[in-house]
Amino acid sequence: MAKTAEQIRTDLLRPLFYSGPGYWLAVAVTGSMVLAGVFAFGYQVYHGLGVWGLDWPVFWAFDITNFVFWIGISHAGTLISAILRLANAGWRRPVTRCAEAITVFALSIGAIIPICHLGRPWLFYWLVPYPSERHIWPNFRSPLLWDFFAILTYLTGSSLFLLLPIIPDAAAARDLAHGWRKKLYGILSLGWQGNPKQWHRLESAMHIMAIAIIPVAVSVHTIVSWDFAMTPVPGWHSTIFGPYFVVGAIFSGIAALILAMAFLRKFLHLEEYLQPIHFDHLGKLLLTFSLLWLYFTFAEHLTAWYGNDVSEMNVLWATIRGTFAPLFWIMVACNLIIPFPLLAIKKLRTITGTVIASITIVAGMWIERFLIIVPTLEHKFLPYAWGHYTPTWVEITLMVAGFGMMALLYLVFSKLVPMISMWELEAGVRKAPIIRRRAVSFEAAATAGAGVGQPEPLATDVRP
Amino acid sequence: MSHKWGMVIDLDRCTGCEACVVACHAENNIGTAGPDQASRGRAKHWIRVERYWEGEFPNARVRFQPVLCQQCDDAPCEPVCPTYASYHTPEGLNAQVYNRCIGTRFCANACPYEVRFLNFYNPQWDKPLHLQLNPDVSVRSVGIMEKCTFCVQRIRAAEIQAESEKRELKDGEFNPACVQSCAPKAMVFGDLNDPNSEVSRLARSNRATKLLAELGTKPSISYLQQDSWQNGKNG
Repeated sequence: MAKTAEQIRTDLLRPLFYSGPGYWLAVAVTGSMVLAGVFAFGYQVYHGLGVWGLDWPVFWAFDITNFVFWIGISHAGTLISAILRLANAGWRRPVTRCAEAITVFALSIGAIIPICHLGRPWLFYWLVPYPSERHIWPNFRSPLLWDFFAILTYLTGSSLFLLLPIIPDAAAARDLAHGWRKKLYGILSLGWQGNPKQWHRLESAMHIMAIAIIPVAVSVHTIVSWDFAMTPVPGWHSTIFGPYFVVGAIFSGIAALILAMAFLRKFLHLEEYLQPIHFDHLGKLLLTFSLLWLYFTFAEHLTAWYGNDVSEMNVLWATIRGTFAPLFWIMVACNLIIPFPLLAIKKLRTITGTVIASITIVAGMWIERFLIIVPTLEHKFLPYAWGHYTPTWVEITLMVAGFGMMALLYLVFSKLVPMISMWELEAGVRKAPIIRRRAVSFEAAATAGAGVGQPEPLATDVRP
Repeated sequence: MSHKWGMVIDLDRCTGCEACVVACHAENNIGTAGPDQASRGRAKHWIRVERYWEGEFPNARVRFQPVLCQQCDDAPCEPVCPTYASYHTPEGLNAQVYNRCIGTRFCANACPYEVRFLNFYNPQWDKPLHLQLNPDVSVRSVGIMEKCTFCVQRIRAAEIQAESEKRELKDGEFNPACVQSCAPKAMVFGDLNDPNSEVSRLARSNRATKLLAELGTKPSISYLQQDSWQNGKNG
């Protein structure tokens, strides 16, 4: 990448200040998807949960599928970005910001869904431990409460992780902007002047956050899996669920990241920044997780089958050769059979190849979550109490609204903040000597830091 | 001495008449779902009579099994509720505190017996059932869970009555609606802490089993059945 710092700034700041008619069309389409969801939710609150397809005994279906799906998608960003930062992978630089943004937005959607799914959504705040007139704390033994705290922690952490590296870029945009944008970037840049002390603090903060966010991310999806695994119910009560869910989450998350990158590349004209090599690297990662997913799915179902417990077998047979068999085998095709050749064969692991694989994987992982939830609830212990589930338009609209909201948030964000971290990219371009000790890093930064936002490479940086 | 309310259901006596179901609906203000909603699985029956067939026609034999909340000592529904709406009372009942319920439905998914019900809509009663609501039982609004309470309103009434007369409760002094209406006397209710009560005596019977005992939920309800019932040899 032979771009100079000036070119990088021109290329990456341009989309902030100029938007074409295509952009507004996209905003209109995704915005109406969100509005449809708001209408569906209002309809549900007015009439009651009966407008959903839920029944006795299937009390969770599309709602919790979407919840687990979006929390899963959120695992791409921050986790991948943190691992790549800690591993000092040079190719990460153009990828981190769009990954971190996915996390914050997907997590926000994932956090809204459980509120919408409540029988009495207006009382969701009863999960918050605060001194109330009811003189009662929430039940800390409930996995739902663990969820509440895990998601809140992760949302706080990943928001910080997204906002911290925006500071120098916001400072650069602040110096170009006028009006409300100048105010916005003034707030986002937190008085950034680009002096060595500030660079050092940013470096330390990023390093701490990168380390701290990894266990948080792993714990979040583990706890989501415990919503199921803690119940004595066939198909759910499984010790493997924690890691199984984490792997599935990262799997779907990488796929979502590849899709987001492909969109940005095309519509923000970032062809020179998001290069085939990035899709190639992420494609390899996706392949690894596809195989890990196969391993976990196989281990989970083999154990159930070999144990031959009656109730476990009822759920297993319903899933793989009963009413859910078509969905199950579509899932296997989406998560393994289609993506495997696309990602394993070097010639096919192109941008198009990885994008096709990612689309099938995102669909496949949605189906996977549905297949974890519904077949179990339809086939619990007493055969007399078995049931059947079909979704209604309300649930389908809410699902569509989730996707619309993700796209809308991403569209708006791409007009507010450069979607690629400019200062990190510049740090990768500059031909400074590798500086290993922090004391030297200070000194070098002091001499080099004349211009606003002129960054010094991280103390242990290795350029690609 | 504190009470431990329990029940025994003699499956060899049950005729499957469903009088218990009707009595329960009347006593506990359970709304009617209507044929359309009922066919979609929205009917609420705090007690239901499960029917299982053995053999193929014409040598088929039907078995009845009334299932209601088992009032477990280690109830899977209780720890999962984030707002303490499903709550273990000192007398060992699985209470459902309607006002605390926000409708996560986690309790229903955790319950192995499928005896918890959601109010999908505000409750309705086909006329003239709306004129026979029980003033001792609250009506549940849309979005919250409900379930068998062992007719806690009758338990409380009897306890208050006994206390005002400064005496102990007598065995069989009161019964839940289902037990009261059981014509073949297949159901017996009482205090399991009293070793001489009829329910304690029957629960010690070697015909007694617990529903899904292997899950370790420690139900307060025992089912009486001949060994051959389990082995499927009778008939």
